[in-house]
Parts: sequence; C-alpha cells; structure tokens
Amino acid sequence: MSAQLLEVTDLGKRFGGFVALDGIDLVVARGERVGLIGPNGSGKSTLVNCICGTLKNDSGSVRFNGESIDRFKTHERTRRGIARSFQLPRPFASLTVAENLLVPMLYAIDGHSRPGTEGAELAARAAELLQLVGLADKARLKPRDLTQVDMRKLELARAMAAAPQLLIADEAMAGLSQAEVAEIVALLIRLNEGGVTIIMIEHIMRAVMQFSQRLVVLVSGNKIADGTPAEVVRNAEVERAYLGQ
Amino acid sequence: MRSWVFLLISVACAGCVFAGALLIGNDYVFFAGYVVLQFIVLAQAWNILGGYTGYVNFGSAGFFALGAYTTVFFHKTLPLPVPVLMLIAGTVAGLGGLGMGYLALRLRGAFFSIATLALAVVLETLVVNWNYLGGARGAYVIRPESVWLIGSYVHYLFLMMLALAVVAIATARGIERSRLGYGFAAIRDDELAAEASGVPTLRLKLIAATLSGVFMGMAGAPFPYYIGYVQPAAAFGLEYAVNAIAMPMIGGTTSWVGPLIGAILVAGLQQWASVSISSELSLLVVGLLLVGFVIIAPGGITGLVRSCVAAFTAAAAIRRKAAAVQ
Repeated sequence: MSAQLLEVTDLGKRFGGFVALDGIDLVVARGERVGLIGPNGSGKSTLVNCICGTLKNDSGSVRFNGESIDRFKTHERTRRGIARSFQLPRPFASLTVAENLLVPMLYAIDGHSRPGTEGAELAARAAELLQLVGLADKARLKPRDLTQVDMRKLELARAMAAAPQLLIADEAMAGLSQAEVAEIVALLIRLNEGGVTIIMIEHIMRAVMQFSQRLVVLVSGNKIADGTPAEVVRNAEVERAYLGQ
Repeated sequence: MRSWVFLLISVACAGCVFAGALLIGNDYVFFAGYVVLQFIVLAQAWNILGGYTGYVNFGSAGFFALGAYTTVFFHKTLPLPVPVLMLIAGTVAGLGGLGMGYLALRLRGAFFSIATLALAVVLETLVVNWNYLGGARGAYVIRPESVWLIGSYVHYLFLMMLALAVVAIATARGIERSRLGYGFAAIRDDELAAEASGVPTLRLKLIAATLSGVFMGMAGAPFPYYIGYVQPAAAFGLEYAVNAIAMPMIGGTTSWVGPLIGAILVAGLQQWASVSISSELSLLVVGLLLVGFVIIAPGGITGLVRSCVAAFTAAAAIRRKAAAVQ
C-alpha cells in the first residue's frame, strides 16, 4: 500500500478566461492532518471540487491510493474513500438525522444492500457515529430542528458514514462561536486519531493552527507555501498575501 | 409491516372493492370505478419520479398514450389478451421513460419539466401522422361483449385495473422502504449532497423514469377497450397530464398514501361533477383544489395531517411539563 493517500499533480482548472487553479501539486500522506488556507477566491473550493469529482479538471491528474481517479464521477470517488462536508450544510431535509447517515452507509459502502436485511447493523453504526459527534439524542429529529453547530456535526457525521479514508472538511466552522469551533476541532482530531486522513479548509486561523500538522497555502490558483504551521507563518510570501505588504 | 403482509391486505381490500361493486349491481359503478383506479395508477406512477426524486414530469399523457396506442397497434396486428397487452405496453412506455431519462434527466427543475412536455408533443405528432394507428381521425377498438369466467368485459377491465392499482401501490410502498427509496429521497432533497454520499444519481433517476413510464403505459393499455374509440386528443389529453400531477400534490408526494388519497378524492369528485353538474366542470374541480392545496397545505393532505399530529403532540408535551411544574 502506497504511503501517499492523495497525489494531485499539475492540476489546472479554468472558468472561461479566469484561471482558478494553475498547476497545483499536492501530496497528502495516509493519516495526515492538512490545513488548506488562502484568501477568498484563491481556489480552495475549486481544488476540493476537482478532488471530489464535482468539477472536472482541465489538466493534470488526481491519484488516490495510487490509482488515477480522473475518470470517476463523484459517487464513485466517494465509494473509493473520499468524503466531504460542505461549506454550507446540505442535509437531506426530509430524512431524520439518523436516516441522513443511512444514505452513505447504503450507497458508499459495498456489501450493504437493503435496510431490511442489515437494519440492525446499520442502525448500530449510525448510533455509534452520532454518539461520536454528540448527536445521539437527536437521531430522530429532522435537520431543520438542529442548531447551527449540530448541523455542522451532522455534515461531518454523514461524511464519516461513508467510511472514508480521506475526509475533506470545507469550512466546517464558519459562523460558529469560539466554544463551538473548539468542539469541532476536537471532533476532527478525534476522527483523525481513528485513522482518517483529513484536509481542513478554514479561515479561522486559531483552529487551523491547532488542527494542522501541515499547512498548504493557495493564492490566485497557485500554491505559494507548503510546510509545518510554524514554517508557513514565517513565509514572506504568505505574509504578503494575507497582509498585503 | 412486511411487504408480503401488505400485499395480502391490499389484495383482500381489492377483493372487497370488486365484491362491493358487484353487489351494487350497476354497470356505471364499474365505469366510474375504472377511471378512479386508472388515476390511482397514474398518480402512483407520476409520484415515483415526481414525488420521490423531485423531477416534475409534465408528459404523463405521452406515456399513457404510448400504452393506449400499443394496444391499438396490437389490436390491428395481433389481438392479444388485456394482461399481455398491459405487459407489452408497460415495456414500451418503460423504454420510453428510459429514453426520456437519457435525454432529459441531466436537466434540472423547470428545464426538465419543459423537456417532458415537449416529449409528449413529439409523440402526439408522431401518432397524428401515423395512419396505421388511425392518425388524427382516431381508431375504433370494438371490445368483446364478455370474457370467460368473469362475464361482462367492463367488469373484466375494472378487475385488470384494480389488480394494476394493487401492484402500483405495493411497488411504490416497497420503493419507499428500500435502499432505492433512500436514494430517491436524497436526490429529491439535495442532488449534489446525494452524489457526495455515494448515490449514483443518474442511474437512480433513470430507474425512476423507467418505472414511472412502465406504470403509466400499463394504465393506458386497457383504455382503448374501455372507451371504444381512441383519438390523439383523448389519449394525449390535458386531463391526464394535469391529474397525474394534481392528485399526488393534493394527497401528498412523500409517500404512497398521498397519491392514493389524492386520486380517490379528485377522481371521485370529477366523476360526481361530470354526472351531477357538467363534464366540462370536472377539470375545474382539480384546478381549484390544486390552487387551494398549494396555498393552504403545500405538503398535501398527508403533510397537513402530519403537521397537525406534530402540533398536537408538542402541545400535549408542553401541557404535561406545565402540570409537572405545578
């Protein structure tokens, strides 16, 4: 098994005349916690969308577990072990919190066919995940009855229900209070300790510094820094990009 | 409740309905009942695609007519028993649904709906210009007087539609409680999130479009024998497109119960209005009901009942807490 879980090579994406990604290289090792930062419009979400298959890259390639996944659709990539949470929560509104988790369990994991045949096993797995994220007592609620922080937790739990090897958390803490941010960071670290590799996209620098073992900085579709948080904050180019010096 | 238990209960209910109609002993009950049953099938069929996955199909009349004209074709080429014709018509309309899916299911929202409407218009144009099927002037289909074992051919058609309604309801309920049902619900709620959760959205939408087409086509297959004379304006009539949408919307689209209640209510009212007021007024009944429900209860009758039960439960819980505090 390759030590590198994700290898993004020379990835390019344009929207008409606008270059969103300009030859990005990114390698993520198995079990790593990577923070992906950059100002608005730097290409973070486009990169995530290209990795997940929501957008098709114009050039370059994405390899996962040593296999090229460029030809695969989003759901096929999810089945191979790439899961994501969305910047704005996108729950399945007509389903309960527990049923939201059932969808990826039924579709992203091989071997599960019908809720009837393995209902108990799936319910137990859903309960375990809801316990992990702190939503155990809200399993039967509809997403509309959840608070903002609980909605974020549901996003993460649903992504985890696909049993991913790589979890991409896209601004999972946007709009949360300081205490709630700390709660989500602790949760992500717990998930990582359980063996899941995580890429976290975030603007809240305290959370990024606390979470990341490695930081990658994008500016205008280019990668300008890649290193430990301590190295990156001393990087002159990063300072210029963030402080405009 | 297990699927086979539900099916047994449904068959028993259908038996009671048939026995009840026989007991009344008036052929009009069979004529009117056939129409109600036909709309139960159409409403369930529409709901599989429109209600479960959220893709609104305006072309129901096209699939219904595909079934009807399949019967006309075989009536002239190789006369077959009605159950066989229903199976063939279901296959033809199912393939039509699959084809429509490939062409239109990459579109979303209003664009998809317009494409389905266009498909019905294309099919109607095809039939109008196909002389073998009677073209614009229509085709006569003389039904036999009686059928072995059952007797009256109208009773036989009623029984066939009753059986199809049971199958359609059992299928819709089976879908709801299956892996497919969760996939459909995920697509309806958020297609992007569904894909990201591993749901093969295009494949599931094609399955929904095919199943929906199959039942609409099967509902249309006995129509020429029922009406005796098929013309494009009747088979592709606005009545089918509007009713197929209105009935699930009025009853509620998230479960099989909604289309069943909606079809019985609306088709029943239409039959009553046709006989006691005017046949022209019957479509007005649907329009008024639809407008009323869209404004007052967008979740349909089942949604309204669910909201009332939830409000009642919440109020009871508050009362219990208040009593405990005192």
